[in-house]
Amino acid sequence: MRAVPALQYEIYMLKYLSIRCVTALIVILGVATLVFMLIHIVPGDPVEVMLGESAQPADAEALRNALGLNLPLYQQWLNFMSHLGTLDLGTSLHTQRAITSLLWERMPATLLLACTSLTIAIAIALPLGMLAAVRRGSRWDVMAMTFSMLGISIPGFWLGPLLIMVFSLWLGWFPVSGREGIASLVLPAVTLGTALAALLARMVRAALLEVLNEDYIRAARARGLSTTAVVWRHGLANAALPIITVLGMQFGALLAGAVITETIFSWPGIGQLVVEAIQKRDYPVVQTCVLLISFSYVVVNLLTDLAYAVLDPRVRLA
Amino acid sequence: MRLSFPVLIMIAWVTLACGTFFLPLHPDDLLLSKILAAPEGQAWLGYDDLGRPIADRVIMGARTSLYVALCVTSLSLVTGTFFGVFAGWLGGWWDRCAVLVIDIFIAFPGILLAIALAGLLGPGIMNAVIALSVVGWVGFARLARAQTLAVKQRDHVTAAIALGTNTVQIVLRHLLPLILAPLIVEVTFAIAGTVLAEAGLSFLGLGVQPPQASWGSMIRDGTRYMLVAPHMVLAPGIAVFLVVLAVNLSGDALRDRMDVRLRERT
Repeated sequence: MRAVPALQYEIYMLKYLSIRCVTALIVILGVATLVFMLIHIVPGDPVEVMLGESAQPADAEALRNALGLNLPLYQQWLNFMSHLGTLDLGTSLHTQRAITSLLWERMPATLLLACTSLTIAIAIALPLGMLAAVRRGSRWDVMAMTFSMLGISIPGFWLGPLLIMVFSLWLGWFPVSGREGIASLVLPAVTLGTALAALLARMVRAALLEVLNEDYIRAARARGLSTTAVVWRHGLANAALPIITVLGMQFGALLAGAVITETIFSWPGIGQLVVEAIQKRDYPVVQTCVLLISFSYVVVNLLTDLAYAVLDPRVRLA
Repeated sequence: MRLSFPVLIMIAWVTLACGTFFLPLHPDDLLLSKILAAPEGQAWLGYDDLGRPIADRVIMGARTSLYVALCVTSLSLVTGTFFGVFAGWLGGWWDRCAVLVIDIFIAFPGILLAIALAGLLGPGIMNAVIALSVVGWVGFARLARAQTLAVKQRDHVTAAIALGTNTVQIVLRHLLPLILAPLIVEVTFAIAGTVLAEAGLSFLGLGVQPPQASWGSMIRDGTRYMLVAPHMVLAPGIAVFLVVLAVNLSGDALRDRMDVRLRERT
């Protein structure tokens, strides 16, 4: 690496970063187009589906005009994109409120839930994965990997009700649903975080095992460093990059999982909004929420990739 | 030895699902006197809120989940493999466009796109299959493309090209057999994912419709009676959990046995 002159390296870097950003932009455009198409690939007249078959023709015509559905498809697409560009997301068919304000209202709850779940997942997975890697083949390893397998296989929509049953109904420790204080956050966050913790524990173990065979680890051991110091300072530091990448990729799954978790716990976030909007056939809201979640997923992945490239000079444009 | 538990569970799953055509089941019979009744001698999983036997409904749920899993996985496998091999084999601009399409579909996290699509298409088992297939093919496409790119460079393929063998034959006889092992491993994980996703859609009311039984909708119905009839949530939940666990375990075992190095599932 040192053989590459600094300036040349920076040019590489700049090229990599810009190409990565442009790709992300194209993907975002594609995602928006796909979401735009969603309403058009549904068989039948979208207006009729939204209003029900008993709707008056005048109402249907009014809604068609309001949504611009009688324009040619490419015109609708251009309108959709330009509205997106100006962050004019339209109004909810059901509440007649601006979708932007609905999202602002719901966003904090989802972010809080997602971040807490992420923290719980990391807090469980990191020590568990490290223990399993350091004591490979031991009882600890078997236990950690059993937990991981169980966690990956247990569906959130079953774990949630189970937790409610035990900790809310029987023990009375936490509220059943809603968002009131810290206590109400615990069960949803654990429900959402379990699958991620399980997957992450596997990844931490695998990444560490790969690193622990390296020469510099043997060198550190030979210098008489304690196991803890070797694992933390030399092992984890070098295994961090793949772990961060997986975290970024899993962030999207976390947001999608929030849809089900928020429904179980009546958590007033974006996920609950999506499900409510689907039930009320409020398509503009469904479209916007799906777009928002996918966009944040693309952005998070872009940021992880960029961080990866900045942190690890070995990553260059493939 | 290591396979015995998952294999047993999977055999039970498939047998029960097929058995629904022969067994004397009464999943839709309402017994008003038995509403929310706990498990007992005859009905060993108890009754639900409408007085229907839960054991019979869990068995019918096995059929629903197996049907959806098989349809979605085979549709995704065929479409994804074709797309991936096509992109990887042709290379160049075809490949770049294909990667872009794959990236766009992957940008929809988890089953979010399936939830939205199932919501728009309306509930129903066929719509659930369509929604899940639209999401499911991407994993196979990405894997098949990567594998094709690797195998395409091998000497025996170059030799076949030099001998003037036609492309279809090269792909079918020299390429597909070599990329099959990772695809099979991916199939097991796709089946586990589909069982979870179908139950998830049904839990949200977007999958199969009543009175048809699905493990997901049974769990949803049960959440309203957790204090008085916990068996309504426990029985279908254990069924989903065991099946997904068994399929995941066999996927892991297959991966170890076939010595396939895959990316971790996302």
